[in-house]
Amino acid sequence: MVTINGKQYEVSGKTIAAYLTEAKYDLQRVAVELNGEIVSKGKLAETIMQDGDVMEVVSFVGGG
Amino acid sequence: MFTRLELHEALVARHGAENQARLESARVAVCGLGGLGSNVAIALARAGVGALHLFDFDCVELSNLNRQQYFPRQLGRPKTEALAETLSEIAPYCQISATTVRLTEENIPSLLAGFPIICEAFDRAEAKATLVNTVLTAFPDTWLVAGNGMAGLGEGNLIQTRQVGKRLILCGDGISGVESGAPLFSARVLLCAAHQALAILRLITQTNIN
Repeated sequence: MVTINGKQYEVSGKTIAAYLTEAKYDLQRVAVELNGEIVSKGKLAETIMQDGDVMEVVSFVGGG
Repeated sequence: MFTRLELHEALVARHGAENQARLESARVAVCGLGGLGSNVAIALARAGVGALHLFDFDCVELSNLNRQQYFPRQLGRPKTEALAETLSEIAPYCQISATTVRLTEENIPSLLAGFPIICEAFDRAEAKATLVNTVLTAFPDTWLVAGNGMAGLGEGNLIQTRQVGKRLILCGDGISGVESGAPLFSARVLLCAAHQALAILRLITQTNIN
């Protein structure tokens, strides 16, 4: 199980990019922290989520 | 006109000597000078923050006057120049510098190097994500305070501040964007800007990160 934004998901073994695409996030508008560390854009497709990981996906909206 | 020392003493009387010493030695970069950034910069300057660096590529437009801290006489001028002028009137001893540039993945690592605290105050979602990703990746010790979700006329109490990970603080309701056609009103944008400015003041006075 991986904790994503406070909820548990059965996604261990997937890459972050694959999860984000399935969950319909726009990859151009997100920032991802895995276990408290930022995951750079270039690493999203190569980082595989593991059991026990805690991930935060911040999805930005426009306005300022 | 009052002297630097007179202003310092007035601010010490209001804020306390320890807070003021930290504020005066603080240096903050404000990225984006619209409804969020112009208001954040003014709140920081009024508090006595020692140095502000302003980044924006845009000019003041008529449609900005509903929520951004510009005057009709400043229409057409770069926001960096217009806001620097206003800030120097409000806080004549704040050291204000500005760069008129569009911040990108390529230039952020050089232009934003060395700032202990960076305020993200862009309007486009993609630009916000790029700044956050690039800053947190390039600068391992920098704090980033970002605005996310303040469009429309939703309840004010939905605007919140939360920390994500080690160095990212997010202010806003997290969901109300302009993409759905929602308008931007000064009152709600100011709430978010105030959350951002307060988060920055808390970092400066409580964590001694300068």
